[in-house]
Amino acid sequence: MKTLVLVEHDNTKVNDATLAVVTAAAKLGEVHLLVAGHNCGSVAEAAAKIAGVGKVHVADDAAYANGLAENVAPLAASLMDHHDAFLAAATTQGKNVAPRVAAQLDVMQVSEILSVEGPKTFTRPIYAGNAIATVESTDAKLVITVRGTAFEKAATEGGSGTIEAVTGAGDTGTSIFVSSEIAKSERPELTSAKVIVSGGRALKDAETFEAVITPLADKLGAAIGASRAAVDAGYVPNDYQVGQTGKIVAPEVYFAIGISGAIQHLAGMKDSKVIIAINKDEDAPIFQVADIGLVADLYTAVPELTGAL
Amino acid sequence: MKILVPVKRVIDYNVKPRVKADGTGVDLANVKMSMNPFDEIAVEEAIRLKEKGAATEIVAVSIGPAKAQETLRTALAMGADRAILVETDDEVEPLAVAKILKAIADEEQPGLVILGKQSISDDSNQTGQMLAALMGRPQGTFANTVEVDGDSVTVKREVDGGLQTVKLALPAIVTTDLRLNEPRYASLPNIMKAKQKPLATKTAADYGVDLTPRLKTLKVAEPPVRQAGEKVADVAALVEKVKALGIA
Repeated sequence: MKTLVLVEHDNTKVNDATLAVVTAAAKLGEVHLLVAGHNCGSVAEAAAKIAGVGKVHVADDAAYANGLAENVAPLAASLMDHHDAFLAAATTQGKNVAPRVAAQLDVMQVSEILSVEGPKTFTRPIYAGNAIATVESTDAKLVITVRGTAFEKAATEGGSGTIEAVTGAGDTGTSIFVSSEIAKSERPELTSAKVIVSGGRALKDAETFEAVITPLADKLGAAIGASRAAVDAGYVPNDYQVGQTGKIVAPEVYFAIGISGAIQHLAGMKDSKVIIAINKDEDAPIFQVADIGLVADLYTAVPELTGAL
Repeated sequence: MKILVPVKRVIDYNVKPRVKADGTGVDLANVKMSMNPFDEIAVEEAIRLKEKGAATEIVAVSIGPAKAQETLRTALAMGADRAILVETDDEVEPLAVAKILKAIADEEQPGLVILGKQSISDDSNQTGQMLAALMGRPQGTFANTVEVDGDSVTVKREVDGGLQTVKLALPAIVTTDLRLNEPRYASLPNIMKAKQKPLATKTAADYGVDLTPRLKTLKVAEPPVRQAGEKVADVAALVEKVKALGIA
């Protein structure tokens, strides 16, 4: 099987998410890459060095500079005459482009795969990870997005892919990139953070949340999250919300502070490697999933913990 | 301008889904069902655009069982003008949903189609993008802000690590993210009024769409169960554990 992997990049370097996709693609067959961008020669060269890579198709055109799905999807679809599977990372970029490619090929996409079970069989999470489905595609070609945390990253050295220029239809003229604001916070982003400190409704108000949660997060270089209850109560902005309708996270260590552990919240964080819960209610459901639990008043316990670390 | 808003009836987000013992799927019998939360945000956004004068009519569409009428009535009670139910008892995959919506869009000629970015049931995150491809129109996925201006719409999108703004020629497809708005609750008088609003019932065959699934579900299983760990006695013991993790 010949696979085509969409390389995610910023026209200067390859995004790490692509490396996990290469690993998934290698389980299916030969790995070819697609670099669509503008003045993206350095990306193509780096991509060719990824271990196990064959051909690297490079489309260098102003129309592909910002990865607009309207322009990139037809290009990818046009290369699928010679490939059997199209794979992209289950990132906002991959999720934006892949279904458009699938619809153009009249293929039902397999979203966010966790494993490759056979040439056309995959596992994927449904119901926010509360169930895992094993699905088999009956389509002639495959279109797949890959959950990055489920596959090892391919090595960035050791490959000797051949770079080949390709051209597509270019700009479809229906969409224009205006601007991007990529947060340059000192704090890591929630979905990629190694450590997350989350607070719940027990934090009382915005000031208390800040006073209790922020110092611990600063100490650990952690991202800050919150339960829906804390967000609804206005302690923190919406984008802090971890849960089924918020962000799905899987850090190395997740601190749940004053969070009771509603199903909705657990769905967003239960794949964390280590869960640490601090709650004064010893019967709180969060303790059923926590690896380390402390039944204590968070107002004294958290500052004490922060001070001792 | 007309806005088309597809809505899906799904298991309520506060209910824990249970995998059926025979591993064929998730048990939906006697479970509370609600409108998909991202679709509620889509309905709300359409109503706000109408209130601002950017839209004139809102048509809600659902593809699902007869009971999806309730979901459509919710959309009507919130402020949609009329509804279309494409009735089927089969599981309909995103590709088939997109094909039905494409056929409806051909008939209705909306300026905007606003959908939830994904359903909280199968979590595919595909329908909006597929519809955009089938219509050959631009897409503003994971919308954080939507502004209609003449014959274009400017969408601020939630992307990994920040925001991206794109300007799309109408007609366009928008999919909603969580921060776009906070959906209103329907008032009792509006719930009563919604019962009088028109709701047309159709079938997939009316639109010439084949619903045969392309993906075979071989098995649905519980994810690996997390075992509760240990409780520590005091903060000092916790500090020791945290230090042992090598993060502090």
